[in-house]
Amino acid sequence: MTQPLGAHAIARAVAAGETSAVEVVEASLAAIAARDAEVHAFNLVTADQARAAATAIDRAVAAGEPVGPLAGVPVALKDNLCTQGIATTCSSRILAGWTPPYDATVVQRLAAAGAISVGKTNLDEFAMGSSTENSAFGPTRNPLDLTKVPGGSSGGSAAAVAAGYVPVALGSDTGGSIRQPAALCGVVGVKPTYGLVSRQGLVAFASSLDQIGPFTRTVADAALVLQVIGGHDPLDSTSIPQPSPDLLSRLHDGVAGLRIGLVSEFMGDGIADDVAARVRQAAGVLAAAGATVDEVSVPSVTCGLSAYYVLAPAEASSNLARYDGVRFGLRVDAPTTPEMYELTRTQGFGEEVKRRIMLGTYALSAGYYDAYYGTAQRVRTLIARDFDAAYQRFDLLLSPTSPTTAFAFGDKTDDPMTMYMNDVCTIPSNLAGHPAMSVPFGSGDDGMPVGVQVLAPALGEVAMFRAAAVLEAAAAAELSEVAERSGGTRWAPPRPVCPTVGRW
Amino acid sequence: MSARISRDEVAQVARLARLRLTDVELDSLTSQLDDILEHASDMAALDLTDVPATTHPIPLVNVLRDDVVTASLDRAEVLAAAPSAEDGMFRVPPVMGEVP
Repeated sequence: MTQPLGAHAIARAVAAGETSAVEVVEASLAAIAARDAEVHAFNLVTADQARAAATAIDRAVAAGEPVGPLAGVPVALKDNLCTQGIATTCSSRILAGWTPPYDATVVQRLAAAGAISVGKTNLDEFAMGSSTENSAFGPTRNPLDLTKVPGGSSGGSAAAVAAGYVPVALGSDTGGSIRQPAALCGVVGVKPTYGLVSRQGLVAFASSLDQIGPFTRTVADAALVLQVIGGHDPLDSTSIPQPSPDLLSRLHDGVAGLRIGLVSEFMGDGIADDVAARVRQAAGVLAAAGATVDEVSVPSVTCGLSAYYVLAPAEASSNLARYDGVRFGLRVDAPTTPEMYELTRTQGFGEEVKRRIMLGTYALSAGYYDAYYGTAQRVRTLIARDFDAAYQRFDLLLSPTSPTTAFAFGDKTDDPMTMYMNDVCTIPSNLAGHPAMSVPFGSGDDGMPVGVQVLAPALGEVAMFRAAAVLEAAAAAELSEVAERSGGTRWAPPRPVCPTVGRW
Repeated sequence: MSARISRDEVAQVARLARLRLTDVELDSLTSQLDDILEHASDMAALDLTDVPATTHPIPLVNVLRDDVVTASLDRAEVLAAAPSAEDGMFRVPPVMGEVP
């Protein structure tokens, strides 16, 4: 019953020559081969490239050359991150056949740190969705219960970590697309402060909201990965001109003296009782660890969903105008260019993407611009102000990540608004540009994992990770107690699915 | 229920977005967009007097970089990704004579 090793342990063992990167990568590829036909976390597994990169790391170790902090660590990349010479599809038909001519900055930084990409993970088309059911290549299944969704849009990345294929995956989060699937799959997921991680090479959905972040099994691994991928990038004009924060040195400082606010708007209507109970339990853990915990109202966050579903589609309708069959991807031939545009987009985009393009185009059109887009932009300011007021009194905020645990396929696909409600607790952080992360904290009544969300003000990652580490330790202790009492009927952290993985 | 968006408006938006919708899609999108816009109407209850718009969450000023020569994407490689290219340019079907 060995847990697969995390990024820290792999990198240390590989750098010390105790295990080879090739061995680690082979174990990862074997785990994928053993189970991904049913989970479908990956759109593409790049086994040859991964083996070549692992061999290079092993050679560097043998030659006594320095290797990076993620030496030999297998990683999975959401398939909206550009990878040079490797297909990048955004799980859309419209990018069929396209291979990017460059690597995203985060992909370069992972490789420079010694990490080894094993493939590209499935997502809701162009990251639009909360269940990965909107992928043109079919859904990803939750590895903990194959009848349930993994969440989305980064469902493939969350599933890849939860299934034990890889200790690290990258996703993107525009309204909760890292945190919500992390919660539903029982792994750690981080949306950093807007601008902390370069968006260069991330295929744009809503540029003022998109942010790249890690999925991992442990809080410490998430801190390590964020340190590697964060920091200024001259190729992203919205990149904050600061180095990556040092999260690891203070990770275990605890929460004594921190003031933590439980967001009252996200503890009542619309939040499942079992989820709310876990969040209260988490608040109790933080209080017992020395934090001051109190309820706080952040009134305008209840309008976050409305503002988001005007702003994000508006930005998307503009960003997705580039998919017109001229420069890359799909072209459907037609006698004239305007007809070619129309046929290409009509056949290339899926239903949800069309819905958002339509919504955004409408919100930006003459006569409605101020009523919808202008209003939503002002609501965005109001939400940021309400957060600022809360952060006058509190260092961190706490809420559920998702209103429910993982739901069944098809449960929410009939009505877009029901699906959008999944993001109610995660959207406000994107609107404000603030960091937030989901930490697995026990299970709901159905035995599926519950994620607790820790929110922080801009660049408040250090304190956010400290609280997450306290919650993680408490969840681990509680779960082992539960397992002893009940014989393990409740959800426990994912176990290796293939014997070889246990050797990491 | 008073509709916030009509079927004709949805059809016009589809034209602006260069999407072709079937009659069934027009119907369902009209009703779905109406639902979403109905939900968005909760913003009208907020007092937004003197609240400025946020276009970007983190205040940053424009940065000018030094004008130095660096490598850029290879033209042949970029054109190779296009559905059709000729003489160093993207090739498209006729643009002139489009229907109004």
